Amino acid sequence: MSAETTPAVSGVDDVTLYDVDNPAPVIEAPRKRTKKTPKATRTNFEMYGWLFMRLSGILLVVLVLGHLLIQLVLDGGVSKIGFAFVAGRWASPFWQAWDLIMLWLAMLHGANGLRTVINDYAERDNTRFWLKMLLYTATVFTVLLGTLVIFTFDPNIR
Amino acid sequence: MATPTLEKAESPAEVSPYITVTFRVRRFNPEVSAEATWQDFQVEIDPKERVLDGLHKIKWDLDGSLTFRRSCAHGICGSDAMRINGKNRLACKTLIKDINPEKPITVEPIKGLTVLKDLVVDMEPFFQAYRDVMPFLITKGNEPTRERLQSAEDRERFDDTTKCILCAACTSSCPVFWNDGQYFGPAAIVNAHRFIFDSRDEAGEQRLEILNDKDGVWRCRTTFNCTDACPRGIEVTKAIQEVKRALITRRF
Repeated sequence: MSAETTPAVSGVDDVTLYDVDNPAPVIEAPRKRTKKTPKATRTNFEMYGWLFMRLSGILLVVLVLGHLLIQLVLDGGVSKIGFAFVAGRWASPFWQAWDLIMLWLAMLHGANGLRTVINDYAERDNTRFWLKMLLYTATVFTVLLGTLVIFTFDPNIR
Repeated sequence: MATPTLEKAESPAEVSPYITVTFRVRRFNPEVSAEATWQDFQVEIDPKERVLDGLHKIKWDLDGSLTFRRSCAHGICGSDAMRINGKNRLACKTLIKDINPEKPITVEPIKGLTVLKDLVVDMEPFFQAYRDVMPFLITKGNEPTRERLQSAEDRERFDDTTKCILCAACTSSCPVFWNDGQYFGPAAIVNAHRFIFDSRDEAGEQRLEILNDKDGVWRCRTTFNCTDACPRGIEVTKAIQEVKRALITRRF
């Protein structure tokens, strides 16, 4: 009962740090729009990205489901997969093309999806930049390595 | 007791329409504390009244320091959008009986904008996005000596998006906007749509170019939060999709 002052509005019990002349900092919204927000860049990149997601998505449904069906269900299931099985399939240009298209579409589709996730969720420009750099590096590496393997696959390797 | 009819006061029931409702309001006062806290208010209120009437009772009878915006109080000015029971609504269009008065009714400021005090947020980023889509008629050539006429079908094309009252219920319900305020947000796109599809306007191309940007319509994730939140029943997500379609058909 030492403090007989008027009770604070929201029942703050200890000594408050803030008053009329020294208000608490408000919590700013992330990356809010101001007058300085850059104006339109006049490129169609985002539109093509959006379209690519729709079109590659349709193709990937066929490619990936077909791939899973062949690999895991038909003709003995997953136990049949071995070096010989892969070598046999990649002897045909059709399956080479199938796997190549699937690799590129899936990687670019996934990378573009993650890019939008990073754009949506990373708050600071630095975090945004480095996450995207990491993503692009990983994507380019995987796509190039996969392409290299499909084209230079040697069934007689020891 | 509160009914103004004097003759019927003798009726046997004599049931008071008033019930006790708990309002759980998100309070924030930077002059007192950096923390936002919940405060409960018990209010005697007719369930046929609105949440705004409850807030008025609190402000006028219980705690004059409660701060919120309202102007017309009839769903036209768009000042009192707030998050009531976790959903963005206009306090002046939400009846107590419609949102289960048995449980405490939570009232929060709309999300994604800086809270200044209690239920008042800084609307400036929202209006900046609105300004950036140029929400005014742009034409070329000489001004006609009479009204710019338009057929009923041409008017019908953008009728839905003329209903916007700029309350920010849609923009502040958008998860993309919560995380990144650079996104134009549904309300700005709705107001761009209103002019893009207006046959009298001649700057549709310019507005489409603005919305083609990385912070424009392509950031929409079609979560339909905006359509659910709109107190005017505008099909906001549909309007955004129409702008997307216009952008694509413009190219191909």
